[in-house]
Amino acid sequence: MDRINHHPILGERPKKEAVTFTFDNTTYVGEEGDTVAVALLSNDIRTLRHHEESGSARGIYCNIGHCFECRVTVNDIEGCRACLTVIEDNMKVESGKRLPNPLKQGGSFDE
Amino acid sequence: MSDLIIVGAGPAGLRASIICARNGLSVTVVDEYMKAGGRLLGQLYQEKDGEWWNGLQESERLYEEALSSGVEIKLGLSVIHIENSENAWTVHTNAELLTSSYLLLATGAAEAPQPIDGWTLPGVMSVGAAQVMTTVQRVKPGNAGVIIGISVLGSAIAMELDMAGIHIKSMVLPKKTEFNEEFANPLHVMESLSHISHLAPSKLIQWSSPLLKWKYMRNLSTRFFPKRGFKIWDFPVHLRKAALEIVGESKVEGVKVAAIDINGNPIEGTEEIIEADFVCIAGGLYPLAELAALTGCPFLDAAELGGYVPLHSEKMETPVDRLFVAGNITGIESAKVALAQGEVAAYSILQHATNHENFKEKVNRSVENVQQIRDQAPLSFNPHINEGRKKMQNSWNEWLNEHTKSSHLA
Ligand SMILES: Cc1cc2nc3c(=O)[nH]c(=O)nc-3n(C[C@H](O)[C@H](O)[C@H](O)COP(=O)(O)OP(=O)(O)OC[C@H]3O[C@@H](n4cnc5c(N)ncnc54)[C@H](O)[C@@H]3O)c2cc1C
Ligand code: FES
Repeated sequence: MDRINHHPILGERPKKEAVTFTFDNTTYVGEEGDTVAVALLSNDIRTLRHHEESGSARGIYCNIGHCFECRVTVNDIEGCRACLTVIEDNMKVESGKRLPNPLKQGGSFDE
Repeated sequence: MSDLIIVGAGPAGLRASIICARNGLSVTVVDEYMKAGGRLLGQLYQEKDGEWWNGLQESERLYEEALSSGVEIKLGLSVIHIENSENAWTVHTNAELLTSSYLLLATGAAEAPQPIDGWTLPGVMSVGAAQVMTTVQRVKPGNAGVIIGISVLGSAIAMELDMAGIHIKSMVLPKKTEFNEEFANPLHVMESLSHISHLAPSKLIQWSSPLLKWKYMRNLSTRFFPKRGFKIWDFPVHLRKAALEIVGESKVEGVKVAAIDINGNPIEGTEEIIEADFVCIAGGLYPLAELAALTGCPFLDAAELGGYVPLHSEKMETPVDRLFVAGNITGIESAKVALAQGEVAAYSILQHATNHENFKEKVNRSVENVQQIRDQAPLSFNPHINEGRKKMQNSWNEWLNEHTKSSHLA
């Protein structure tokens, strides 16, 4: 998604330094001060994880730390909220994955 | 160890921190967000007198003021547990332990989820999420969106998105269920909307809201509500359409809507798909009060305040010794009320901590100020807020009578 550079009330968007990070081993560029969620959305990525059981795709919901829908792994620390974590150069972000489930085999199931 | 820990760097917490620090207390403010300001950050709207309320600017000002008053502000730190021992609070965060004599909970409010089929698809978000994305983070939440839920908050935020050049295709009601009468019945929704008439340049809303005072007229105006919807700002608002389902394969592709009758029931054969790449759900707000429960503070359930609220007096004291509350944790209201409540809490804490006579007077004056501000608030989330406040005061008085403990501020 595009950044909002011009705003009728807030004015021009201030210039920010570029920050390079990886998401699932692909390199992306965000801006200083971006959260992981914002940097990824600005790269048109909405899916941050797949539900642990059903495997369905999930993105941000509240964007302010309340819902825990946006959990990702940041520099090997699991369960970080993408909407609260600010990107840093060389940060390694990985999407939350569906867990292998030996008891329920094949197909998809409801959550 | 500090004199006071404040959880929440929203308007209530920041305002309280400034006053307490300027009067000699050592104050630490903790907030899990990376920026100070809380939900004030994303607020941007024009008030009755035409002035702009710029929450981002207000937040920055409060933050600078707090820093220059000597407040220590710890951002990006989540409070996960609280313990009260004899004369000290221990506040557990995700990174460190903090201790203080006094504790002020100013944790604000959260949006109640409004589940609807398809709502977990990437691209579906709360209106508050879109507000922050647009106004604070300056990235478009999407190119073309549908807002489900027609409320004061939803409308104020829809206007913000519109202002930033984001295409809102329409605002519709949610499908009626057993639990959401308040949000899905066109009559109820019309009534709540009349409270933001001044924010709506649309002649229809402005013109109709005085008439809405009469139930009969309200019925009439909803019945004759244009089926095509009407335009507030630049987008159509449909009080006679409901979202049945959000559709999409692995992300939002659109919303399936249907026409509804005056009671909110879908009319068969009228289903259509509105294409969209994002959807905002506007539910209600409720006080974020879990931390108060950890302290053993009793609660009152008051719908007018937004749900379960820690028991407190108008001086923002609670039944728990050295525990105070301020802002939306005490009931859902606008940011200006939260600021004023922060002031009350600050003077109450100062009076308790120093026993100075002159703070007593300040407490009383700031309590009066809250009511004045409440009466002039540009946004009112619940039309019956004053009844909610009265209920709380009555419960407080009952609690005082039952307990021999004399109020530390009486
Ligand atoms: C999504 C949303 C949009 C809103 N939009 C408007 C609007 O447009 N206009 C309006 O008048 N009002 C709006 N409100 C109401 C808003 O709550 C008040 O205007 C005002 O911001 C309340 O101030 P506060 O200080 O009580 O809390 P807040 O401003 O909510 O600040 C509370 C702070 O506490 C922090 N916090 C909470 N729990 C913890 C924890 N466990 N650990 C660490 N930090 C924590 C939060 O991160 C937050 O920064 C909105 C509310 C929400 C939820
Ligand atoms: S989107 Fe809700 S916690 Fe991150």
